Amino acid sequence: MLKDITLGQYFPGNSLAHKLDPRTKILLTVLYIVTLFCARSFVSYGIVVLLLATGVKVSGVAPKALVRGLKPILFIICFTAALNLLYTPGEVLASFWIFKITKEGIFTAFFMVLRITMLIMGTFLLTYTTSPIALTDGLETLLGPLKKVKVPVHELAMIMSIALRFIPTLIEETDKIMSAQKARGADFESGSLMQRAKALVPILVPLFISAFRRADELAIAMECRCYHGGAGRTKLHVLRYQTRDYLVLAAYGIVLAAVLTLAHFGL
Amino acid sequence: MKPIIRVENLTHTYGVNTPFCRSAVDHVNMEIMEGEFLGIIGHTGSGKSTLIQHLNGLLKPTSGRILLGEEDIWADPKKIRSVRFRVGLVFQYPEYQLFEETVYKDVAFGPKNMGLDEKEIDRRVRSALAFSGLGEELLDKSPFDLSGGQKRRVAIAGVIAMEPEVLILDEPSAGLDPAGRRSMLENIRNYHKEKGTTVVMVSHSMDEVAENVDRIAVLANAGVVMSGTPHQVFSRAQELLDVGLNVPQVTQVAMELKRQGLAIDPAVYTVADLRAALCKLRGGKA
Repeated sequence: MLKDITLGQYFPGNSLAHKLDPRTKILLTVLYIVTLFCARSFVSYGIVVLLLATGVKVSGVAPKALVRGLKPILFIICFTAALNLLYTPGEVLASFWIFKITKEGIFTAFFMVLRITMLIMGTFLLTYTTSPIALTDGLETLLGPLKKVKVPVHELAMIMSIALRFIPTLIEETDKIMSAQKARGADFESGSLMQRAKALVPILVPLFISAFRRADELAIAMECRCYHGGAGRTKLHVLRYQTRDYLVLAAYGIVLAAVLTLAHFGL
Repeated sequence: MKPIIRVENLTHTYGVNTPFCRSAVDHVNMEIMEGEFLGIIGHTGSGKSTLIQHLNGLLKPTSGRILLGEEDIWADPKKIRSVRFRVGLVFQYPEYQLFEETVYKDVAFGPKNMGLDEKEIDRRVRSALAFSGLGEELLDKSPFDLSGGQKRRVAIAGVIAMEPEVLILDEPSAGLDPAGRRSMLENIRNYHKEKGTTVVMVSHSMDEVAENVDRIAVLANAGVVMSGTPHQVFSRAQELLDVGLNVPQVTQVAMELKRQGLAIDPAVYTVADLRAALCKLRGGKA
């Protein structure tokens, strides 16, 4: 049932990838995406693939879990591949009806698919090895300088962590309400699209009411403990860069430089 | 009396193929007799809620069968909805599932799903509200304007209105004040008496169960450890205490009196019984 859905997709572990500072991991992911978009040839793509493989190996995340993450975007991947395959101008290899398959098309399609797949897998690696709380914490610190231009960074991070915190609670609640309405003969599985949409009302109304009630209670509880936003607030777990963070970032810098140089020479 | 529901070798395992794999009910066998008032007691996590959700087909057994009448309820999975009309289940804190604009519409939700005609729905809504102790003046009110206790009664009426052969209530009095508790239980007792249908009440309050039901099933460690009349069950008070349950306060008093040397049967479970036993001890009449 609903309980089986994994959200946040965090797999607890004790690998180097888990132990790295969340800020390092967020930075790495951003740099990784940059590298991916700079790569233009088999050589530089090879380096990025190698990079991802190293990341997966170090994190101890099952490659199967990463591949499973691709399922929801399978359609987009196929669609992009088809578009690139059929609409890239160049040396024609085969043609039928209004479509032409070109040599360049095959290459672009291949690289596009590779790029999207690697992009998704790389970002999944981040969420698989970083707990949602660590992730928001890291984001908040990284975006800290934006406070100077009046961006409410702390508040945004707080909203994010509260939202993440309540996902499992609301899933459980939905499960309960669904069971209760089913016990009164509600039918969610058959009927026309319109009937099914209508069948959701008995779930959504109680769910929203309970979500508002919880929000209200949480607000009061926070108020009672004198919460007043970010200014002057200290943290229980202060993020500190370790030697390993510097080492990993430095190593990554070298790889990025290599890929950029290769790209410069058109490789 | 013949059984209306038979549970045969029921096992339900949560999280199969994960590290969190755990059987909430494990090879349970039990019978619910036609027309009886059965109490199911057990502490938190003893599998009560999992068990009752099998009785109307909300959960599918990992192994084992549930027989309603003589039929396996999962014989034809397409007909599972009709099982839910025959076995009405009221969840814990049912007031959180109200959703309609008026009390009337909310109570009519179940009967409407059964495909009954307007006249029959109207009759059932009014009769269900009466059974759960609500006045007709509430019919056109929004259920969200009612008090907590009234909301719960509306939710219970919503299940009673389906006129199920078996009514199952999961902790119907949880979170109510003492007066609310008493009147809620009285309504359920009256419903059972007047309708003559089977009622199953899940609770972890021993006193509540002791005073109301015909028969008790005790759940512990994912299985039924005892079942019988209140007298039979509470005469094994020590075993109840051993599985982490309490015995009614009256029974506790009697047990203590016996321990201090009075020749009293400790298996009393209502105030009237204790009074009678004490009077007999003094040689007088009850």
